[in-house]
Amino acid sequence: MSKVIFSNITKRYPGVAGATAVDRLNLTIEEGTLVTLLGPSGCGKTTTLRMLAGFETPTDGTITIGGRDVTNVPVNARNVGMVFQSYALFPHMTVRENVEYGVRLLPLAKGEMKDRVDSILETMALAQYADRAPARLSGGQQQRVALARAVVTQPKVLLFDEPLSNLDAQLRERMRDELRAIQLRLGITSLYVTHDQSEAMAISDRVVVMRGGVIEQDDTPLNVYSRPGTGFVAEFMGKANILRGTVETVDETTVRVRISTTVAFTLARGPRAFRPGEAVRCVVRPEHIRVDPDGAMEAKVRRVVFQGAHVEYLTEIEGQECVFLDSDYYRTGVAEVGQTLRLSIDSRPVWILPETETASMGKAA
Amino acid sequence: MTLASQATPSGRTAAAPAFLRNIVVDPWLFGIFAVTTLSVLVFAALPIFTVLKQAVVTEHGFDIAVLISTLSQSFVWESLANTLLLGATSALIATAAGFLLAFSATRTTMPGKIFVHGVALLPIISPPFVMALAVVILFGRSGLITRELLGIRNANVYGFHSLVLIQSLAFTPIAYLNIRGMLQSIDSALEDASASLGASRWTTFSRVTLPLVTPAILSSTLLVFVKSVEDFGNPMLIGGNFNTLAVEAYSQMVGYFNLQAGALLASLMLVPSMTAFLIHRYWVSKRSYVTVTGKPSAQTIRISGAVVVPLTIACYAIVLAILLFYLTVIYVSFTRLPGVDNTLTTAHYVTVFTAGFHTLSNSLLLAGIATPVTAIAGMLIAYLLIRKAFPGSFLLRWGTLLSFAAPGTILGIGYVSTFNAPPLLLTGTAFIVIAAMVVKNLQVGIEAGSNQLRQIDKSIEEASTILGASNTRTFFQITLPLLKPALFTSLSYAFTRSLTTLSAVIFLVSANWTLITVTILSQVETLKLGVAAAYCSILVFVVLAILALMQLVLNSTSKR
Repeated sequence: MSKVIFSNITKRYPGVAGATAVDRLNLTIEEGTLVTLLGPSGCGKTTTLRMLAGFETPTDGTITIGGRDVTNVPVNARNVGMVFQSYALFPHMTVRENVEYGVRLLPLAKGEMKDRVDSILETMALAQYADRAPARLSGGQQQRVALARAVVTQPKVLLFDEPLSNLDAQLRERMRDELRAIQLRLGITSLYVTHDQSEAMAISDRVVVMRGGVIEQDDTPLNVYSRPGTGFVAEFMGKANILRGTVETVDETTVRVRISTTVAFTLARGPRAFRPGEAVRCVVRPEHIRVDPDGAMEAKVRRVVFQGAHVEYLTEIEGQECVFLDSDYYRTGVAEVGQTLRLSIDSRPVWILPETETASMGKAA
Repeated sequence: MTLASQATPSGRTAAAPAFLRNIVVDPWLFGIFAVTTLSVLVFAALPIFTVLKQAVVTEHGFDIAVLISTLSQSFVWESLANTLLLGATSALIATAAGFLLAFSATRTTMPGKIFVHGVALLPIISPPFVMALAVVILFGRSGLITRELLGIRNANVYGFHSLVLIQSLAFTPIAYLNIRGMLQSIDSALEDASASLGASRWTTFSRVTLPLVTPAILSSTLLVFVKSVEDFGNPMLIGGNFNTLAVEAYSQMVGYFNLQAGALLASLMLVPSMTAFLIHRYWVSKRSYVTVTGKPSAQTIRISGAVVVPLTIACYAIVLAILLFYLTVIYVSFTRLPGVDNTLTTAHYVTVFTAGFHTLSNSLLLAGIATPVTAIAGMLIAYLLIRKAFPGSFLLRWGTLLSFAAPGTILGIGYVSTFNAPPLLLTGTAFIVIAAMVVKNLQVGIEAGSNQLRQIDKSIEEASTILGASNTRTFFQITLPLLKPALFTSLSYAFTRSLTTLSAVIFLVSANWTLITVTILSQVETLKLGVAAAYCSILVFVVLAILALMQLVLNSTSKR
């Protein structure tokens, strides 16, 4: 078992007043799953990862891997693998020597050592580059060497520190899928750090959104996107319109929220309690708004950005800004700034947040 | 142990304070750290403090009267004034010459740059007093120029004027390399931008180029000043009645057996040296606009035409003077009795390889041992200081800095007085000579190593530890190989310096372990100029050969 549990982990840096990088963090990574820490820079995600690696020591709290307390276990005795942002390949060694490095430190017979290295090089399609220096490989190949080197020792936990940020956009998607496929095949418990929300959603079993050293939300990718716990999460997980409104009516199964004189939604209520007259915020994703001549909503166009696959409109609805995408522009034509459009909103995916949120909002109970 | 028992307010029990944890995690590396720090304290800091103590405390304890009576003697203040005057003059001239060479070599169409560069580096790889020897041969009482060419009978070569000439030429390369490095790292786009804004060449030079290299100019001036203060061989040979602190300290110690006066004079040397060093480290280097990475940025030669002619003439004058001095030494090494009997002979070389063979092999052996120790210790200390924060790191940092900034004379006197009794009875052994060589040259390796380490991605070392390697293994298998360029810089420097050093080791040599530089000095003093010249020629040749060999090894190992 190599379930990872962070209990009440705090990291403060000495000297700097108020420099709490991570604040009483509780997080569980289930055996064999991939959990992503997602957030802007300075949110504590990298510090959290480095504490699991052993490069940083928590100021308080404990970390266990497979039930063993590793809080004070040195890095080299943790049996953890890591793929670094810069790959950190040893430049003075060949691909094979890089991959061999960790295996040589294990109590293995010569033959088994060679078998392991050969098989991982084969798996990663690196066999033909085994005797090259890392500098003579492409970015994707270097990435594979880094991954091969990290998993060949069969670590209990695999860590990824923004491993794709040095690759160009196309390669990034391919490598992302490769990483995920290998992680699933090996069934290795993994912690992945990124600031790219689409990468996080594509690769993870769970996404943990962090801000200011605390967890904002810990949930499945689907829920983090469609049921954000806070306004921050909603806006961090891709584009979101947050429209302010008032609860009009509540009944057993639905709630009706009025955004403006012309716009109101009737939504499934869910478990949350609402009372009429309560101020709320509605999270509406741009892709759920469309141009509709019969739509109830009138919006004034403020900015038009043509992006090829669609046109992005920034509009104004009775003082509130609203962004949406129109991919039917070839039929309806592109509107101009100042024009008024009629829109309709698909109300099923609209998510309601309270007017104000407390610090504990969205935290996994 | 009081540290460990302090309870942490948060109620943690298992986690020790971070710095203690560093030790527990890697006891081996901490052991290495402890041994290194202790060695630096014993062999760098302790001797210097011993000298400082001896300067004020006699065998009857602290006696203000003795101190006052020593301080009231005129030779103390005279030699201090001489030292400062010589240092300042040489520093200004050498820096000006160095700037001229560097500017011409990097910014103009001066012909023969490789030749100029090569010759300008000669003084760096040879013992400092090769110049003095050449000056005696050329301008002495029976000098090749003064008597043979000009027919002057009573030429007085000894004194301030000769010292300034010699030190200026000998230390110009330091300024040249320093300023050249900075000129090369200035992006020419800055100068192009100035020109595109309508500035004349002179305006660009005086308002853009010059201010940007000012830090290098200041730092060169201070470095040459420190070198001049420390110089022992040249003032000894050619100073005449113009005694500097280094010479006066030596003659008080060795000539009059006046330990207290010698210690006091050596301690006085610390004042200008440390002042210049600290100004350099904490003021000048912080004012640098460009960081010298050793990687020249794209340079375009902008200055051509008439202005190059006077620059070229001036550069060639400097370079030809240096070359003349070296050729003179080589010529004299093949001459029976220079100025008297100018027939060619190999007799001096025969002497060197027979009677002098012991000295030569001693020098090579001791420098050969000191060199790798210096270089590897330098890399190790750089690693310990940059990557690991062990408690007590500051002792290591300041110990090595002190040994670097302190003149060789004080270190030499300190060694004699510190290691002359059990448990550290080392006088007369090879060990004491090697220790002095290592300690004196350590800092250059530490600097080179530290600069390189800052450029190596820390995660490469982290990758090694997370794969299961200890910090000690990581250092030797990952860090050290990546530090190879700095290691070779340090090896080259340590070898050259160890073989050509004089100021510290002159106090430490014994009948069993003597050194080529000390022998050359005594040969010159007894006017056996031919033999001295042969020694010098061999020394320069050996250094050149070893440096070329190292370069070859570096090139062949860095290709894969």
